[in-house]
Amino acid sequence: MSLEDLNKKQIVSPDGEHFEVDPMNDYFCQDRPEEVKPVNKIVERFYNWARSESLWILGFGTGCGAIEMRPLMTPRFDAYRFGVQWRPTPRQANLLIVSGYLSTKTLKRVIRVYEQMQNPKFVMGLGSCTINGGMYFDSYNTIKRLDYYLPVDVYVAGCMPRPEALLAGFEELKKLIKAGKAEGANEYANKFDWYKKNQKEVIRDWDMPDYNW
Amino acid sequence: MGEKILFALISLFLTINYGFLMNGVIRKIYARVGRRHGIPFYQMYIDLIKTLALRTNIRHGTMFYLGPVFRFAGGVGLFLFTPVVFGSAMFGNLSFSGDVLLLLSFQFFGTLGMALGAGESGHPNAAIGVTRGLAQMTAVEVPFVLALMGVAIQYDSLSLHDIVAAQQGGIMHWTLFTNPFIVAAGMLALLGSFMRPPFDVVLAGQEIPIGPPTEYHSNYMALMLSNRAIFPMAKAILFMNLFFGGANTYWEMMIKTFAVVMWSVFVGVSFPRFRVEQSIRWFLRVPLILGILGIVYVQFFMS
Repeated sequence: MSLEDLNKKQIVSPDGEHFEVDPMNDYFCQDRPEEVKPVNKIVERFYNWARSESLWILGFGTGCGAIEMRPLMTPRFDAYRFGVQWRPTPRQANLLIVSGYLSTKTLKRVIRVYEQMQNPKFVMGLGSCTINGGMYFDSYNTIKRLDYYLPVDVYVAGCMPRPEALLAGFEELKKLIKAGKAEGANEYANKFDWYKKNQKEVIRDWDMPDYNW
Repeated sequence: MGEKILFALISLFLTINYGFLMNGVIRKIYARVGRRHGIPFYQMYIDLIKTLALRTNIRHGTMFYLGPVFRFAGGVGLFLFTPVVFGSAMFGNLSFSGDVLLLLSFQFFGTLGMALGAGESGHPNAAIGVTRGLAQMTAVEVPFVLALMGVAIQYDSLSLHDIVAAQQGGIMHWTLFTNPFIVAAGMLALLGSFMRPPFDVVLAGQEIPIGPPTEYHSNYMALMLSNRAIFPMAKAILFMNLFFGGANTYWEMMIKTFAVVMWSVFVGVSFPRFRVEQSIRWFLRVPLILGILGIVYVQFFMS
């Protein structure tokens, strides 16, 4: 997609009918995200238990981190034991794993993917690159700290972290969810302007709506 | 009548739970074959609660909303018109004299509903998935309908109740032994309709497009998860009634449907995945020939 694709345009249908398409309103919902507060404490505690025991992962594989996620599906590590499953679509997933460095170009895609996920959603930063830039600390086109751009719940340190470290990360995330502390989606909604400012500072050619559901 | 509806709801509730646990056990078997421990067998319940617990959801339009509803209605409809336990007031369900034809339409109803719903979601992967799914389902229907017609001709009835009644009186009266050709055709068609390998290219998570459910989440997803529990069980019960003499107790039903489902699971863990055009060709070869042989056998050798 490029910036021109978002302008209004005239389309001719196969039947020869002319109509106008306004991509920003027709393809996207531009409403700002809103904080959704839990209704009832007891029900929320039960829901949080279910959320923590059923983590559906959307793996955003950048660089070397993606390689560390594959062994988790194999008999040696077998993350399925802990209720961790992989989903191929952001709509169904509730845990986004950003596995490694993000160039500003991939950051755009990560933001779009994150915003398509539904509240509640959790983010796990994998490897030093997401914490402080890692070996790309002085690179001109990678971001250094992921939590300037997205609310990160858990970081797994290492370059690269072993699959065992990832499993420990899942367990840590489960504790946070059960304690009701993993409210990244609401935090993103509350500090929306701050996150957008940071995102637009690094992404110079911003060619998408401010928020895409 | 009120009593009958209450009984049908009780049997629906029991079978939906049986389906959930069965799906968990199947996942466990898949894991064990891959030498993993796999998810807990009750994971499906947690997934269901989790999907229901999403705080926000998106709708793309009326049909998007109705798609999973149609799918679920197809599953429940198929179940409600199949006698779960033969001769039982409790688990007899709402079976009536022409129900085999109705069941045929229920088989396809959900898929068509999902096609409209997934189409409205506007996601290209959903459109690809639906196209693949409908193409494959159409090919599956050919041997399946032949098997069904064979059974109907053999017992001279379109009522499932009568078909089961005709198979009573010992194992040798089952369609499996009286006409093995149509049973073979039907059981091969079953592999396709259960959406397991080698015929799961439509829904497989490993495929880049996961197909029709791509955009579905939250309550929609919960409906589809429930349908995935009830629909295969309803189909297994239907096949049990058609080919394996029905069931006289709920336990017998559980054992027979378990065996029917395991047939697709064992094939599923043993074979790699077909592409759609390969699976369509496959269904139009061996199962089709077996189905025609079965009909010929019924027509010329059994009368």
